[in-house]
Amino acid sequence: MSHDDVLNPKQMPHDPEKATLEGKNKFLGFWFFLGGETVLFASLFGTYLALNGSTQGENTPENLFGLELVFIMTMLLLTSSLTSVYAMYHMKNHDFGKMQLWLVITVALGLAFLGFEIYEFYHYIHEYDFTFRSSAFGSAFYTLVGFHGGHVLFGLCWITALIIRNQKRGLNLYNAPKYYTASLYWHFIDVVWVFIFTVVYLMGKVG
Amino acid sequence: MSTAVAQKRGLAATIWDYLTTVDHKKIALLYLYSGGFFFLIGGLEAMLIRIQLMKPDNNFISAGLYNEMITMHGTTMIFLAAMPLIFALMNAVVPLQIGARDVAFPFLNSLGFWLFFFGGILLNVSWFTGGAPDAGWTNYAPLSTTSPGHGVDYYVMGLQISGAGTLIAGINFLVTIINMRAPGMTYMRMPLFTWSTFVTSALILFAFPALTVGLFLMMFDRMFGSAFFDVALGGNVIIWEHLFWIFGHPEVYILILPLFGAFSDIFSTFSRKRLFGYSAMVFATVLIGFLGFMVWAHHMFTVGMGPIANSIFAVATMAIAVPTGIKIFNWLFTMWGGQIKMTSAMLWSVAFIPSFTIGGMTGVMLAAAAADFQYHDTYFVVGHFHYVIVGGVVFGIFAGLHYWWPKMFGKVLNEKLGKLAFWPFFIGFHLTFFIQHFLGLMGMPRRYWVFLEGQGLETGNLISTIGAFFMAIGTVIFLINIVYTAIKEPKVGGDPWDARTLEWSIPSPPPHYNFVQTPLVRGLDPLWVEKMDGKKGMTPAEPLGDIHMPNGSILPFMMSLGMFIAGFGFIYQVDNSSWLIAVFIGMGITLGSMLTRSLKDDLGHHIHKEELEADIKKGVGK
Ligand code: HEM
Ligand SMILES: [Cu+2]
Repeated sequence: MSHDDVLNPKQMPHDPEKATLEGKNKFLGFWFFLGGETVLFASLFGTYLALNGSTQGENTPENLFGLELVFIMTMLLLTSSLTSVYAMYHMKNHDFGKMQLWLVITVALGLAFLGFEIYEFYHYIHEYDFTFRSSAFGSAFYTLVGFHGGHVLFGLCWITALIIRNQKRGLNLYNAPKYYTASLYWHFIDVVWVFIFTVVYLMGKVG
Repeated sequence: MSTAVAQKRGLAATIWDYLTTVDHKKIALLYLYSGGFFFLIGGLEAMLIRIQLMKPDNNFISAGLYNEMITMHGTTMIFLAAMPLIFALMNAVVPLQIGARDVAFPFLNSLGFWLFFFGGILLNVSWFTGGAPDAGWTNYAPLSTTSPGHGVDYYVMGLQISGAGTLIAGINFLVTIINMRAPGMTYMRMPLFTWSTFVTSALILFAFPALTVGLFLMMFDRMFGSAFFDVALGGNVIIWEHLFWIFGHPEVYILILPLFGAFSDIFSTFSRKRLFGYSAMVFATVLIGFLGFMVWAHHMFTVGMGPIANSIFAVATMAIAVPTGIKIFNWLFTMWGGQIKMTSAMLWSVAFIPSFTIGGMTGVMLAAAAADFQYHDTYFVVGHFHYVIVGGVVFGIFAGLHYWWPKMFGKVLNEKLGKLAFWPFFIGFHLTFFIQHFLGLMGMPRRYWVFLEGQGLETGNLISTIGAFFMAIGTVIFLINIVYTAIKEPKVGGDPWDARTLEWSIPSPPPHYNFVQTPLVRGLDPLWVEKMDGKKGMTPAEPLGDIHMPNGSILPFMMSLGMFIAGFGFIYQVDNSSWLIAVFIGMGITLGSMLTRSLKDDLGHHIHKEELEADIKKGVGK
């Protein structure tokens, strides 16, 4: 395939993200990468579960967490996953404008999520004096949730960079796999959050 | 061709070429040179350890330095010598064995190498900045969390950076093997070396993130005041052990499986027979990979997990001996009735069988949890793992290097010198480590700086030290062989061994696009199939046409350099927060390079048909 066919395809295939060998490789490689990320988060969850009782008699999950805030955050992130699906749907329809629009909405929702998370951490530190260093539970909590937050931040930067970079030239066979993997990443972050919501917050309140 | 051209272009251009290369064959050489370099450093450390233990109450090196030696020896050998040497073989061979022109992610391939390289350098800088890590290669807490100075910090940052490189390399080979195979190269026609690279890569993918997390927790505890392993604040030191061994046991199979694959290819080539029990071999490889994840706690029998957990892990561990046994018998049956040629590669491979079998046997002994209370942390364990790692991994690397040297360099390593290197190494290896089992059974603990007089440990330790010198002699002869071969030996053609697999169907060393035309694979041992049909080489699967190749890039080097700089920042910001500047600069370089990579189009280039035709006229391609 010549470079021109990749950058200015005469006709877009139905799956532009997998139309080139590079695209196929990226697609598969990214799935493997997410497999490794799964082990990463599994290890962090394991550590958290081993240490969430080590509160040293101070701030415990029950008296710290407020489910209202976390519920709003969950809704924001779940919705952002949905909007990124819309974006990919429009990619397959070759409607670049709509794809960009839905990605912008995705980024906005992600930003809101991140804002709430920063507020949450700020709140714990200043109202409860609950920090990374106060107990093993504190270390485990901030590490697990913070790793997820870091992933959200990285994803936001990534998707934003893609939106800006390709704004002028539209969709082609070179950038379609990039968009697609970024959206996969975004779903993955969302799934991890569902587990955090359950294991950290729900079980922390109830269990 | 490449060296001649390079000489004309001058040294700076050659260096630039290697800094930016994304060619798997050149990356293989980078892995080989740096892995070989670290192997020599690790070997030197081993010699110092053995000299210290030569006689009772010795004072050759101080107790503190001794702790640094054993830590750095283990860490260096596993992460900086064995792993990269294995990656050297994989990079040199696997794309050729499946008929590919490059790996799936050439850019990431280069990134993986540079991350490993800078991580290894970072780790070794510690020698010059106030002390190397000294808490053992297993780095157990709280010994590690309370170790004074910055040694352990270097361990954490160095392994974190090089571990990221390994993970990337693993993903790269997985995708390469799934997506880049030539037409007709079905899974069940892949050579065993490719198969074992595939399984190993899967192990890397699922094992290394556990180490990543362990290292992060260790980093946070040591550098940012968290309390994961601080019992006073509710921390739990056993978490480190679990994370380390969830990574660590698969890691030992990551080390051995690729060489199982190399041995399989070598046995079959030099017996002039197809591998006996090919599908059983594939099955056993996959099974070992799978079981390798179920047994990590056999390193923790004495921690106090309780009899139920101990029993489960004991049984699971013993189960691994079954697929391993399948392999041993299949290798024997491959040789059975074959026209055996005892080349140096074959010699190392044949020597591997009894050596490794002894290691497997002591492994099963160790797996008996109740008995392990006696063996644990004695020289018996040291004997066990050196039998499997030296007798398996190191023998395998030597065998693989002898076998594929012509493909990498276009010359066969001198056979006489090859055998001359083998014998002292082989004898020295058994002298060094066999006796250590008995030292262990007599109660000599591992990792002790001195042993005492009059406890019956003198002779055994002396023999062990003498053996180590024999191994050093063998290694030096091997190095001499490399130099001698480069100067004296003649160039050879594409197929010096009359071998069976695809890599031998192209010139040695291959042109940078590997295959002029992608080959059509018609069976297991594809080249042999064609030879048996009376053909000289492979039948092409495509007409001669333009070839698409990736572009070189300096970005992988820059990304890794950024991590290297940031590593220092993380280590020293504990003393003085202005070191955080180094963190920002380093991460800035890394993230900036990543952004550049993401935003700048890089579509590679084409090699045109005319150039290929010119190359063919010059003799490439047949
Ligand atoms: C039949 C196969 C094997 C079995 C049943 C086995 C079993 C064991 C057991 C139970 C231990 C723990 C001993 C203790 O600390 O008390 C151990 C340690 C070890 N094994 Fe194996 N093993 C096998 C093969 C291998 C292989 C193939 C390798 C590497 C290529 C390997 C490398 C190691 C290492 C490095 C240690 C010691 C780690 C340390 O404490 O520093 N083993 N093995
Ligand atoms: Cu093990």
